[in-house]
Amino acid sequence: MFPSEFDYHRAHNVQDAIEMLGKYADSKLIAGGHSLLPMMKLRLAQPKVLIDIGQIAALHGIHADNGTLRIGALTTHYQMESSDAVKKAAPVISEAEHELADIQVRNRGTVGGNLAHADPASDLPAVMLALGAELHAVGPKGERTITADNFFVDVLTTALQPDEVLTEVRVPALKAGQGSVYVKHPHPASHYAVVGVAAVVTRDASGNCTGCRIGITGAGPKAVRARTAEAALVGKALTADNIAAAAAHAADGMDFLSDSYASENYRKHLVQVYTKRALATAAERAK
Amino acid sequence: MAVTKMFGAAVKRREDPRLITGHGYYTEDMNVPGQTYMAVLRSPYGHAKIRSINTEKAKKLPGVVAVFTGQDLADGGIGPLPCAWLLEVGMVNGQKMTAPEWRVLAIDKVRYTGDGVAVAIAESNAIAKDALDLIEVDYEPLPAVTNQAKAMEPGAPQLHDNAPNNVAMHWQLKNGDIDAAFASADHVVKAHFVNQRLIPNPMETHVALASWNAGAEEMTFWNTSQNPHVTRLLGTLVTGIPEHKLRVISRDVGGGFGCKISLYPGDAITLWASKQLGRPVKWVEERRENYLATAHGRDHIQDVEWAVKKDGTVLGIRVKAIANMGAYLNTGPAPGVPTWLFAPMLAGCYKFAALQSDTYGVYTNTVPTDAYRGAGRPEATFIVERGMDLIAHELKMDPVEIRRKNFIQPDEFPYTSIGTFVYDSGNYDGALNKALEMADYKGFRHRQAEARKHGKYLGIGLSTYVEVCGLGPSAGANAIGFTGGLWESAVVRMHPTGSVTVLTGSSPHGQGEETTFAQIVSSELGVPVEAVEIIHGDTGSVPFGMGTYGSRGLAVGGAALVMAARKVREKARKIAAHQLEAALDDVQYADGAFFVQGSPDKKKAIQEIAFAAYMAGNLPPGVEPMLEESHFYDPPNFVYPFGTHICEVEVDAETGVTKLVHYTAVDDCGPAVNPMIVEGQVHGGLAQGIGQALYEHGVYDDNGQLLAGSLMDYVVPTASELISFDLARTVTPSPHQPLGVKGIGETGTIGSSPAVVNAVVDALSPLGITHIDMPLTPERVWSAIQNARKP
Repeated sequence: MFPSEFDYHRAHNVQDAIEMLGKYADSKLIAGGHSLLPMMKLRLAQPKVLIDIGQIAALHGIHADNGTLRIGALTTHYQMESSDAVKKAAPVISEAEHELADIQVRNRGTVGGNLAHADPASDLPAVMLALGAELHAVGPKGERTITADNFFVDVLTTALQPDEVLTEVRVPALKAGQGSVYVKHPHPASHYAVVGVAAVVTRDASGNCTGCRIGITGAGPKAVRARTAEAALVGKALTADNIAAAAAHAADGMDFLSDSYASENYRKHLVQVYTKRALATAAERAK
Repeated sequence: MAVTKMFGAAVKRREDPRLITGHGYYTEDMNVPGQTYMAVLRSPYGHAKIRSINTEKAKKLPGVVAVFTGQDLADGGIGPLPCAWLLEVGMVNGQKMTAPEWRVLAIDKVRYTGDGVAVAIAESNAIAKDALDLIEVDYEPLPAVTNQAKAMEPGAPQLHDNAPNNVAMHWQLKNGDIDAAFASADHVVKAHFVNQRLIPNPMETHVALASWNAGAEEMTFWNTSQNPHVTRLLGTLVTGIPEHKLRVISRDVGGGFGCKISLYPGDAITLWASKQLGRPVKWVEERRENYLATAHGRDHIQDVEWAVKKDGTVLGIRVKAIANMGAYLNTGPAPGVPTWLFAPMLAGCYKFAALQSDTYGVYTNTVPTDAYRGAGRPEATFIVERGMDLIAHELKMDPVEIRRKNFIQPDEFPYTSIGTFVYDSGNYDGALNKALEMADYKGFRHRQAEARKHGKYLGIGLSTYVEVCGLGPSAGANAIGFTGGLWESAVVRMHPTGSVTVLTGSSPHGQGEETTFAQIVSSELGVPVEAVEIIHGDTGSVPFGMGTYGSRGLAVGGAALVMAARKVREKARKIAAHQLEAALDDVQYADGAFFVQGSPDKKKAIQEIAFAAYMAGNLPPGVEPMLEESHFYDPPNFVYPFGTHICEVEVDAETGVTKLVHYTAVDDCGPAVNPMIVEGQVHGGLAQGIGQALYEHGVYDDNGQLLAGSLMDYVVPTASELISFDLARTVTPSPHQPLGVKGIGETGTIGSSPAVVNAVVDALSPLGITHIDMPLTPERVWSAIQNARKP
């Protein structure tokens, strides 16, 4: 497991990183290194230059203000998992982070690196979709905001441009009457999601669903919203029957991956089952 | 039997502090001045002709020392890899098997993905890997076949010119009147099982470091071997380096499970290249290479039928097994695994009247298969113990009762099984009863009925296994074609101060024998356990030994050790009698001292005798100085551990996920030298057996690509996939082993897989499901439920 030869540069601030991305051909950003390095060791990725953004202080930290959780891109999974601010504002993130890989990976891997890598079986994309997160990126032309809905494009492909740096993730804090959950069928070898479902359900005083966002990861080439299922539930009473009826549409319009562990057909079935379970729990937690 | 408190004590493993603090002597830890690094270029195709190989660019890369192709090695005198077990007895055509030529690097054709085609040797590992990218190989891809049943069909791609239809062997074991058994049966129960391919996954991959000293003309070879003397013998046969000039060292080895019995191409190439280049050459197999190129295990397709009377008496079993041998015959016991280590155990712990088993060994475009923890016996036990449940289901009997009905009884040992082996001792009912009580079998049936009312699927599964291990009597092994003895060696050397150095031919690689062997010597000689050192894994100091596999370390190596220790004790007794001026017959041994019968004050401690033997001025006539004895122990028979495993599961019918609820294992390995190590062996065995039942699958696609080619895809069960096990033992000593002990290394693997599958099938029996092939992945279980629910 030896990567091909590469050069290494450390960026001291975001501007530095952007300049280096422009300056070095075939360069890649590296933060925690838990997605890129394994690919380099397998020689599936052979960048000529690594630009290490891991020491940029401005990209660290979690801040909660005005109903928004601002998460620096270099925040580690473990920091997310254990943060009181996160547990308060968006407990579904802590729940998903706890299911993500193992403690060693959670200690090194970063939120920004995870999202920018866009592994189709990664947990966090589903959570960010369900929460309606916004991702902030900085490039040579300045700063821009990309919604989670528009961020995930395809397998290992995001809306980020090659010269942009993902700097921050902004998540709206859950309000009273909202319940959230992340459930997952992990691959028993990799513990990546074969199917992972994140749901945020809003419930009114009479027990009806007034809002619903479902993010699904693992099953297909990219994390997606289950919009038909969401629409099927909104306006309905949060009963087991209505939840099951909505979950039956969770896989509508989805593309599926298939491998020796789980076929397309089985993944589709799991999406429906896990969506049903996620909605039931989220509805319960919304009480 | 001399039993003092060290025998049977749950002392901590003495090897662990060194191994878990980074002070071990693993091959990868060894480095020699001037060392070079070797990397192997492996075929990306399952089957292809090699049109040409161009190594010029790679040779020009700065830091590259040499690049060799298969032709270079053949020209340089490396022979093909031999196979140690070519069958003759039992071959249906009566002819001895012939092995296809297996070159250490492919010359004109690659036969599996991962087959080596060239090596690069460089000043650093990184340069060696970079050099591989510069070697140009022109392949002409050929159609591949990876399934052994398909490989036998007419028109299938052919791997070897001397193996028509890819058949390596058709072997048969037949005993009793099988036709009469089926003619008089009330029921014939049939089954088709796939015992899937597994990948051994030792924590440490294969590593070799060869260091040729041109001045002394001698080779030192550090290697991850389960049997360094056998590795030396094979190394000599393949490379021509004389056996007495080749020292093999395998001190700490990070697990083997059978896959480190063999000599591998990488071993032979490092040996040859070091001599050729005059520099040390090191090869560290990557995990990815280990998946592609180190032997796999299992991979049987089995058709079985049982002849059964309506009262539950099983009259006979008929089996046809198609074993996937992979692309070549591995250098270890490969052909013996699906034959002699399989068919004789198809009667399990039952009194069948007749048995017939046909094994077809078939070449495919996959990495060779070989022994993997259990080696043949899990393949047989799965048939036997799944079969008992199928028969019980057919006759509407309880799975416990069908087993009891057919058990060999405790007073019938030694018992010549219909599988032709002579079981040494057993009490199958004893283990069964204990396990049933621990698992609350009766209470479970009530809970199960209650759960079913609420739509929950609880199941319980049994396995009452017996296995053969402690390999084994050499004469028997030679007679069935095994090219090697199966005895073991030991030297017990007591130093003038009374401490003891033991040299053992066993080669522990995780079994904890540095601890258990010291406990045995401490017990036999009455010296503190701390005063005993166990030396193993070095052909430079240890007499020829056969190594550790087939649960033989304690059963055979331990026996050699006991015999040598008792020789030391006997010699010491002679010296003691002389010094005590007593008749030899009057001098007795107890607790590390010799005393004159009737006058216990007249005694000498064994340490005093050791010093006297060193001084040597006052020894009885004809007695040589020093206390040192050796013993080469060839066992009169195998040993037959047995037990009952009971697994309880809950199946989520909506997702197909199986949850382990409770696992009970009652094993009988005779007296335990160290109960904690016995438990550890059972835990590990269970993890691998449950792994086979639920998780593991070394799956290839039809083109010969290994789909489960990494730890991201292939499930090695960890603590998070398992539960806490409920363990107990019964104790039925072997009558022929000097300590009464039997092997425990493989029982967990052998006994557990059918218990788990039986439990899942039991859970789903209300749906009419009678079998699901391993591994019982959620999708397989879910699909079986979907199919069962189809109108």
